[in-house]
Amino acid sequence: MSTFDTIPQTKQEMLVEILLRLADDRLILGHRLSEWAGHGPELEEDLALANVALDMIGHASALYEYAARLENKPDEDHYAYFRDDIDFKNIALVELPKGDFAFTIAREFLFSSFSYFLYKELIETVEDEQFNGMLQKHFKEIKYHLRHSREWVLRHGDGTEESNRRIQDAFDELWMYTGEMFEMDEMSRIAAQNNLYVDVSNWKQEWKELINSTLEEATLTVPDYNQYMFSGARHGRHTEHLGFLLAQMQFLRRSYPDAEWK
Amino acid sequence: MIEINPISVEEIWQFLEEVSDPEIPVLNVVEMGIVREVWFNDGGLIIRITPTYSGCPAMNAIENEIKKKLLEKGFEKASVVTDYKETWTTDWMTDHAKLKLKEYGIAPPEKTEDDSDFLTNLKGSQKIVPCPYCDSMKTHLQSEFGSTACKSQYYCDECEQPFEHFKCI
Repeated sequence: MSTFDTIPQTKQEMLVEILLRLADDRLILGHRLSEWAGHGPELEEDLALANVALDMIGHASALYEYAARLENKPDEDHYAYFRDDIDFKNIALVELPKGDFAFTIAREFLFSSFSYFLYKELIETVEDEQFNGMLQKHFKEIKYHLRHSREWVLRHGDGTEESNRRIQDAFDELWMYTGEMFEMDEMSRIAAQNNLYVDVSNWKQEWKELINSTLEEATLTVPDYNQYMFSGARHGRHTEHLGFLLAQMQFLRRSYPDAEWK
Repeated sequence: MIEINPISVEEIWQFLEEVSDPEIPVLNVVEMGIVREVWFNDGGLIIRITPTYSGCPAMNAIENEIKKKLLEKGFEKASVVTDYKETWTTDWMTDHAKLKLKEYGIAPPEKTEDDSDFLTNLKGSQKIVPCPYCDSMKTHLQSEFGSTACKSQYYCDECEQPFEHFKCI
């Protein structure tokens, strides 16, 4: 199904759309984080980033697998490897190049704090047993990601002049990509009415409070929430970066579709 | 009545105890709490499992190992179903399994606690994990992430040994 700007009609189509939105965010960010493997600033962080990447790809894999079952696709690889950038529903925040360590941490913090509130409310809302079970499972791991990134935001901000400058620059650069997390398009609204998604504006204030208190504790300046916000990635209008990421990620599977691990 | 299937479900559970976790070979998939249910269906056998940590690459291997073990025992029609209905928790690990972990040099997971006030505790103190070697309480967290998805890294200030802790989820 090419879902570019189409609104699903049935509850099952809606569920698939939500599964793919959540999964695409996690696959793409997981891939970006995996680019750190072997390049971390210290051994513990190399392992930590690789672990978070594995979690994210694991979350995506479970969600894709469920979508594949609902849509009668062969397996989760169909979504990861055989769709083009226009069909990916991830927000732009997760596809931006990995940047320096401060950028990586700032992004992990923005994304995991958002995910924390989103999953917390989804768990209360979603009736589908399998989907809800996945959310509960992933929620436990999101807490680790949030704690990890928050600690490092503090250390950067309250560290040296250089680390402070780098993480401040990172937040300033990332800020215009945070708007998409809180967008409620027609699809999200209909899904929320069907208990498959939630109205994210319900807890935007709580999210802001967590961001504000953390950045203040880290002696950083909170950027302007009312600045211009990037939009459109959920509907296939991505930044130029996603195509390059997919070219690398999908190349092997597409060139050798029958390749197997031996 | 003629006994059609001489092997009981209990015996299948025993077979499954012979399947060990590829990353922590001292533990088997039953005491880990991975196998949730076993039943016969039209002459076939169905094993319902639930994944541990999402990022755990051992899950595929575990599924294959279970199939391999059952094939070895003569079950050609055994299928493994991954189910998310129940959320795996380290509380499902048996006490015996936790003891084996400690003997293996990995600090076992403690009982999970209610963390509904997670956000307020973000700034709070870390829990104390006793050293699996010398049982000292004077340990500190080095990293929340370790060599596999299920472990974090600690250091014992008493016997000056780094050790791993099985994350409590």
